[in-house]
Amino acid sequence: MVLGNYKTAVSARAADAEILKCSQDGGIVTQLFAYALEEGIIDGAIVAGPGEEPWKPEPLVATTKAELLAARGTKYTISPNMMLIKEATRSYGLDKVGIVGTPCQMQALRKAQLYPIAMRKVPDKIALAIGIFCMENFPYMGLETIVEDHCATKMESAVKMDIGKGKFSVYTERGALSQIPLAATHKYEQPGCHVCLDYVANLADVSTGSVGSPDGWSTVFVRTKKGDDVWSKAVAAGYFETKDIASVKPGLDLVTKLATGKIDKNKKTVEERASFGVGKGLRNPYI
Amino acid sequence: MGLLSRLKEIFKGKEQEPEKPGKPAAGKVAVGKKPAKKPSDVKVEQKLEGKIKEEKPVVNKITVGHVHMSGCTGCLVSLADNYEGLFKILDDYADLVYCLTLADVRHIPEMDVALVEGSVCLQDECSVREIKETREKAKIVVALGGCAAYGNITRFCRGGQWNQPQHESYVPIGDLIDVDVYIPSCPPGAEAIRNVCVMAYLLLQGTDEQKELAAAYLKPLMNLAQRGTEACGCDLIYDVINQGLCMGCGTCAAACPVRAITIEYGRPNIDREMCIKCGACYAQCPRSELSFDVLNQFEGILEAIDGAMGKGGE
Ligand SMILES: Cc1cc2nc3c(=O)[nH]c(=O)nc-3n(C[C@H](O)[C@H](O)[C@H](O)COP(=O)(O)OP(=O)(O)OC[C@H]3O[C@@H](n4cnc5c(N)ncnc54)[C@H](O)[C@@H]3O)c2cc1C
Ligand code: SF4
Repeated sequence: MVLGNYKTAVSARAADAEILKCSQDGGIVTQLFAYALEEGIIDGAIVAGPGEEPWKPEPLVATTKAELLAARGTKYTISPNMMLIKEATRSYGLDKVGIVGTPCQMQALRKAQLYPIAMRKVPDKIALAIGIFCMENFPYMGLETIVEDHCATKMESAVKMDIGKGKFSVYTERGALSQIPLAATHKYEQPGCHVCLDYVANLADVSTGSVGSPDGWSTVFVRTKKGDDVWSKAVAAGYFETKDIASVKPGLDLVTKLATGKIDKNKKTVEERASFGVGKGLRNPYI
Repeated sequence: MGLLSRLKEIFKGKEQEPEKPGKPAAGKVAVGKKPAKKPSDVKVEQKLEGKIKEEKPVVNKITVGHVHMSGCTGCLVSLADNYEGLFKILDDYADLVYCLTLADVRHIPEMDVALVEGSVCLQDECSVREIKETREKAKIVVALGGCAAYGNITRFCRGGQWNQPQHESYVPIGDLIDVDVYIPSCPPGAEAIRNVCVMAYLLLQGTDEQKELAAAYLKPLMNLAQRGTEACGCDLIYDVINQGLCMGCGTCAAACPVRAITIEYGRPNIDREMCIKCGACYAQCPRSELSFDVLNQFEGILEAIDGAMGKGGE
């Protein structure tokens, strides 16, 4: 289950130049939600909207394209999107909910659907769950330290942050680029990420990330019937440019390599936790 | 996915008529019934149950009872809130053999599954006797809702009130008897109760493979029952954050029925004075109990449950 179940894997990017402009990679998330919203496949989507502090996202139920656009781009800190999952069906009255999230958030979502213990009316209303690949995430103070101390950049002047090719990069509004080796960021990772056994959001309807595809393009896994339905319609309607994943470099080999690396490392952490103390261990959430 | 296809097979075999286009799922509910819109309708419809059963006997139904301890009937209303799904369950999978509110049976009978709502008042002899009797007579005892599982709001009872001032001590049923499955929260989601009923049916009447799936599905809820009878928002602190497991998904905040949880800087912040001790947050947290065996098959299982409920195209 390194890459999870999927029907198709493809390299793609949004056809809409406006979406591409400020999206993280191929604009897959924003474009697919925008399409689904236009077509009535979803009534709205829970995204990582702008918050009060720079780069501190606030979950948002986006019901317009403008709101989707405002939430573009990766924030390398926690956006507790699941917090709005019930609210979206109640206060917002959505019957068809879209949600984007990291692999752990997709796990939370599917658990909520299968075991809706405190999730009344949620299970049937999830119309499109888009997962984003994720190696690790940072608490807000961790991100701030990385950006302000290590990268010597003010949070409010950063326009884009990115992880790739072994580096953490911050781009500023004046065009400066500050980079540090990714290794320097490891100590700021949130501990909860170290037991995570999913890299490519195996439980999403569609999952996407930059790894595997050329710059500006995204790798996309179409996983479920729902995902397949909306993805094929969107592609047929010309909302995405696509390339055969086998034709692009570095392709699925790199995705598999990184996924395997993450899962093996974290499996080991889970094992080590079992004997963390003297004759006593830490809790294992997986049964 | 052999397991799932067989699961679907058994359910599909049970479907009575092909879905007519444009006709809502309600059309598939037993002949001549209209879907209940409010709990009082359920009562009326329920009385027809016996007749329907005679016309169309289903041999391998399981028997389910609802045992009412000190609770507000909200859990039962939540069961009824499955609307046509409740009829589907009663038509095809389970006979409701005991339920003071909905069925005219006075004494606790033998049954496969007892859904117990409410905590036990130690000063009420009848309740104490009946909870013990429930354990003797039921194969599977389910603590339905926060009160039965953890005491919930009844934890704050202190007696001295008209008209039974001596009724003072309320304990979760697990303090007096062994409990097999917990469905926490206040009230538990209608669909969660439905899923447990369907899985109990598979566990008791299914093929070996279905039993295996049902057991895997019920495992986290059984683990909760093993974990103990105390719950609080603090569980997120002790058993998730303190254990280095929280990743800030926000699920606990959505789960809390009294909005006692907000997410501050990526971690739950619990208003402990607001917490009613229903256990919803911890039970719903993906880092409390997570079964990949079950989750990896989410699409098939959700489809199968829809199929079992007569919904969905396939
Ligand atoms: C913490 C983190 C780590 C990541 N690690 C990797 C990795 O190792 N390899 C890889 O290939 N890709 C990784 N990604 C995914 C990648 O950065 C892009 O988010 C993804 O490719 C989508 O880009 P896009 O252009 O399609 O999306 P866009 O159109 O830019 O939209 C991105 C969507 O994601 C939402 N979002 C942004 N931040 C968060 C967040 N913190 N939590 C939840 N939702 C959010 C936004 O609101 C927006 O809706 C990571 C993402 C995050 C948040
Ligand atoms: S549900 Fe669990 S993992 Fe998610 S934020 Fe709450 S405590 Fe953390």
